Amino acid sequence: MNGTLARFARRIAPQLITLAVVVAMIGIVFPGFFDISIANGRLYGSPVDILNRGAPVALLAIGMTLVIATGGIDLSVGAVMAICGAIAATLIVEGYSLPATLALSLGAGLLCGLWNGILVAVLGIQPIVATLILMVAGRGIAQLVTEGMIRTFSHDGFASLGSGNLLWLPTPVVIWICAGILATLIVRRTALGMLIEAVGINRRASMLAGVNARLLLVTVYMVSGLCAAMAGIIVTADIRGADANNAGLFLELDAILAVVVGGTSLLGGHFSLIASLIGAMIIQAINTGILVAGFPPEFNLVIKACIVLAILVLQSPALQGAAILFSRAKGQP
Amino acid sequence: MFAKTLLGASLLASMTILSSAALAQTIGFSQIGSESGWRAAETTITKQQAEKRGIDLKFSDAQQKQENQIKALRSFIAQGVDAILVAPVVATGWDAVLKEAKEAEIPVILLDRMVDSDKDLYLTAVGSDLVHEGEVAGKWLVDDAAGKECNVVELQGTTGSSPAIDRKKGFEQGIAGAANIKIIRSQTGDFTRAKGKEVMESFLKAENGGKNICALYAHNDDMAVGAIQAIKEAGLKPGTDIKIVSIDAVPDIFQAMAAGEANATVELTPNMAGPAFDALKAFKDNGTMPPKFIQTESKLYTQKDDPAKEYEARKGLGY
Repeated sequence: MNGTLARFARRIAPQLITLAVVVAMIGIVFPGFFDISIANGRLYGSPVDILNRGAPVALLAIGMTLVIATGGIDLSVGAVMAICGAIAATLIVEGYSLPATLALSLGAGLLCGLWNGILVAVLGIQPIVATLILMVAGRGIAQLVTEGMIRTFSHDGFASLGSGNLLWLPTPVVIWICAGILATLIVRRTALGMLIEAVGINRRASMLAGVNARLLLVTVYMVSGLCAAMAGIIVTADIRGADANNAGLFLELDAILAVVVGGTSLLGGHFSLIASLIGAMIIQAINTGILVAGFPPEFNLVIKACIVLAILVLQSPALQGAAILFSRAKGQP
Repeated sequence: MFAKTLLGASLLASMTILSSAALAQTIGFSQIGSESGWRAAETTITKQQAEKRGIDLKFSDAQQKQENQIKALRSFIAQGVDAILVAPVVATGWDAVLKEAKEAEIPVILLDRMVDSDKDLYLTAVGSDLVHEGEVAGKWLVDDAAGKECNVVELQGTTGSSPAIDRKKGFEQGIAGAANIKIIRSQTGDFTRAKGKEVMESFLKAENGGKNICALYAHNDDMAVGAIQAIKEAGLKPGTDIKIVSIDAVPDIFQAMAAGEANATVELTPNMAGPAFDALKAFKDNGTMPPKFIQTESKLYTQKDDPAKEYEARKGLGY
């Protein structure tokens, strides 16, 4: 048991160190960063903002990690967010109850995932192409649902999913942490995680060994769709309106980046959900840090790109190999 | 046989004269698409204005593609419409089709956006002056602050887009004379509610929980609506603790103004067709050449202008 724990600590150590460095850097540029107070019955401060604003990418990263572990990729999650947000806002405006609205919009996310899963697992289309279809078409579907306008609503129960509080934390934080814990327990307390990795490493071999790879693939894409639906509901509830043009725009890229920063290979195989979630927080810490630091907006993307590049170079196999060699050389008498 | 042909031709000719003499004009309108609520409202109002004047409007939606617009313009020319309105999706590449329209003696009027072609190729352009919009917003703040110290935070549009550049420039011109007004933070909110909210949250944290901020200037209403929510969640009163001025005049900002949560908005009118039809009528009836650019009014709306009524008037326009 201790060995497992030590291996886990070693697995997520680079991500934790990176997060600490990024946060420390923000603390230097903006000294008020660590001020946390309690206002309106919840913790209030920039670190809480990171957890809160990082919720959509964190949720997407959960599904994306599982998809990437099977050797696939899901480009459609941003568009699925827009679809599910549009459906949720439209239903709540039409007067449906909150549970019915949530059930139907989460169902829509599952359906989108099922579509991707069938294209990938049953028809054998390459994941990047298969999910590209929904990425392009999805935003159009969302616009059809909202009839091309920002569909606003005033339902306090629904809005609290995006901007309410639970346990002194913003609700989205509680949602993504619970989703992360639940997903980790499911894949690591059962054989599911191992089966996903097996399919990712060698689909044919795992099928010959008796793994129902087809069902497994469809399932991970459905999980990804479900996570995207949750993210879509959160961003819609947050601004009290469904913005089909902009909800989740380019977030699929941030989600993939979170997984990569989390150290999961795009080739599939071994994965760590916790590391991906920390990756999502690293990305959001960079975003929030840029905002509070007060640089001119022209620098936003350049700064972000430089930091991400530095992180990826530090994690690159070449540099890791060099580090191992270095530590061995030092360890010798 | 020859006589018959001649008779037919002259009959046809007289019919053409008759039909063009009749008041029912046919005007083609090539719209970019419906990428934003404002665009949808512009389409709705153009149709309303045409109907009001008894104009037969042929509408074509280009779905953001220039090739579709050029195709639509060619088909309008082939149909022999009396005039063409076009909201060009990009500025370049219009020379050939505009020349074809000129050869067919069909006047072309540009709506909302400009083209790079020779000015002789179109009758006039109707549009808003983005710099002026920002200036109106800035002047409102100067009047409202009335000499008191006022720190402003700015939510910019998408970095590098012309509305963001011009509305920033205009606002700075508007407050240029007032030493009491300072822009202390400026960051992009990408013209969206979600980013407007997120960036405003960070402004509030960075400026002593919002106590240093006296006013917010947002390059569009959507970002302002997002920021209003962030201000409320921080426990402050938008509209009182932090004044809010933005641009566009979409229905939702009137709702916020009616609730006392926003202070002023500068209208980017979706009624570009009205002035275009007026200029066209003057040109057809009396041969009056309109100026090459007709600037629409950038009207300022505040809480005094019955925002609830403005909201009702606008909500059906497709914003």
